[in-house]
Amino acid sequence: MSVNRRTFLGSSVAASVALTAPRVLADGHGKPRVVVIGGGAGGATAARYLTKDSKGAIDVTLVEPTRTYYTCFFSNLYLGGFKTIDDIGHTYGNLAAGGVNVVHDWAVGVDRAAKVVTLAGGGSLSYDKLILSPGIDFVEGAVAGWDLNAQNAMPHAYKAGSQTELLKAQLMAMPEGGTFAMVAPPNPYRCPPGPYERVSMVAHYLKNNNPTAKIIVADPKPKFSKMALFQEGWADNYAGMVDWIGADFGGGDVSVDPAAMTLTIDGEETKVDVCNVIPAMKAGRIAEIAGVTDGNWAPVNAADMSSKMDADVHVLGDASQQGDMPKSGFSANSQAKVCANAVRGALTGSKVFPAKFSNTCWSLIDTDNGVKVGATYEATDEKIAKVDGFISKTGESADLRKATYEESEGWYAGITADMFG
Amino acid sequence: MPSPFISSRLDNEALGQVGWMFQRVGGISLGLVGFAGVLAAQPSADPERGAKVYKKCMACHMVGPEARNRVGPPLNDLLSARAGHVEGFRYSDAMRARGDAGLTWTEEALDAFLADPRGFVPKTKMSFRGLKDAADRADVIAYLATFSQAGTGSAAQEEVPVAAGFAVSDEILSIEGDVEYGAYLGSECTTCHQQDGGNAGIPGIVGWETDDFVTAMHAYKEGHRANPVMQMVTGRLANDEIAALAAYFKSLGN
Repeated sequence: MSVNRRTFLGSSVAASVALTAPRVLADGHGKPRVVVIGGGAGGATAARYLTKDSKGAIDVTLVEPTRTYYTCFFSNLYLGGFKTIDDIGHTYGNLAAGGVNVVHDWAVGVDRAAKVVTLAGGGSLSYDKLILSPGIDFVEGAVAGWDLNAQNAMPHAYKAGSQTELLKAQLMAMPEGGTFAMVAPPNPYRCPPGPYERVSMVAHYLKNNNPTAKIIVADPKPKFSKMALFQEGWADNYAGMVDWIGADFGGGDVSVDPAAMTLTIDGEETKVDVCNVIPAMKAGRIAEIAGVTDGNWAPVNAADMSSKMDADVHVLGDASQQGDMPKSGFSANSQAKVCANAVRGALTGSKVFPAKFSNTCWSLIDTDNGVKVGATYEATDEKIAKVDGFISKTGESADLRKATYEESEGWYAGITADMFG
Repeated sequence: MPSPFISSRLDNEALGQVGWMFQRVGGISLGLVGFAGVLAAQPSADPERGAKVYKKCMACHMVGPEARNRVGPPLNDLLSARAGHVEGFRYSDAMRARGDAGLTWTEEALDAFLADPRGFVPKTKMSFRGLKDAADRADVIAYLATFSQAGTGSAAQEEVPVAAGFAVSDEILSIEGDVEYGAYLGSECTTCHQQDGGNAGIPGIVGWETDDFVTAMHAYKEGHRANPVMQMVTGRLANDEIAALAAYFKSLGN
């Protein structure tokens, strides 16, 4: 009994010290510590590679609020009925088993001077290196009439999970011959082909379930990613269903009324049944709280993804402003490995290899009709710069399109294993 | 031997075109005699066209006198051979089992395999989608038959076909790969290629023989394999980087 009591007291004191005082840093004694905020394609990959490659020499903590993470990539395929919501859900068990300290909490503060992250649950985490991979948030007031309070009436579904399920439920509940509207975002934003793959998947669903329904897209841009491929695909597969209104036709002059379910484009009001509002984006809020943003995004050095404001803070993925790479899960995963290599080198003296980045984005237009665009990138003093690239062509054979779709499924299995173990 | 193929489809001009595939070593051309056995069975098959179809195979399979194991086994004497017959080639367990169970590469079996490789031999290592077009299959089988004793029905081939397989130099194959560098570079590969070696949708790349790996990468780099992602990724890999990747992914299979 007395031994138990002493043990209990001892651990209790140690725990309270850990929670209230900054932890011992690497330049004192103990293992170097890395805190990673955000468990998506950037953060989960960085946490996993740092832990795996340092073989336990670095103490890695991953802070992610959700226990089940739904990938934004492939969430459109759930809307189209090609994947279930469970197909795109992932948990952190393998990362934890691999040695990552996984903390399910919100990071609410970063004290860069003291090198401490505070959590909504009241705890705090000291770091030698901080990796921010918080994804995106939305710019307030970007779409007149819409704010986050309206997201249940007019979902964005641009962070996957309950929002995606809500949008699908609304799609399925549309009246016969109803109208599905999308307000597309201005550049730069997460997943450039994403809104247009979504249009394709919604059209696919409607063609099979509600063929007289219409889709209106109000777009502030005059052109978009894979435009020729999507427009060919819409004409071939969903003739007469999709009305894309680009910037040249007033697509950027938009307001919504979530209570009345109306969308006004260039002064013309339309009653709609579903309104998917994808507002302008900015770095996930913790990047702004940490003081590493300039405008909407966090500028980084291309060689190691370190913040231009703080060499001990790295920013990955959508939140970063890095140059030529599109904001995508593939890009974030690619950047995470460059970053992990550099951080491990800085903390343990391991060899640091030159930065190399790549990205490929697959999109599904209709059943077995996949297209892709990709590029390789290198780090220059100024930015991440494009080296070489390719894009699917219009008029490709059905066999090639099917192979491209199957390749995208292989990629999904590959990248999610690369992220979550 | 009467052959409807020769009389109806091969005029003199076409005969001349077939000739480029053959290297004269014995002085007397017996190449067309060699075709006849196959042609009798597949009157419409066109080995000349098959040589073009074969370009889809040549990044992995060599054929001809210099042929040796590459990503795939050499395809000499394939007709009538037992599946998994090439010594020294590391077949999938699935292919070995089918051979042990008696699968023999008849024209019919090859036709079925080439139509849907993974349907015909599930879990085969051959990451090829297959040939949808029946004429493509018949033609490429006719082409391969020209390299088969059984297919030609000729005991002594005096005409030796030119090796069509893609190959890289011994100098490149002998580069020692840096596993640590390969581990870093390889993290770019595992964004798509499943790290456990699974090959659903995208081929597994773990545990390959380094020569096979290096050959496949150079085949992409030099445009002998078609996938644009792989051509792009390999396009900026130096020889030592390809060697490093080969060494790393080989080490993962151990």
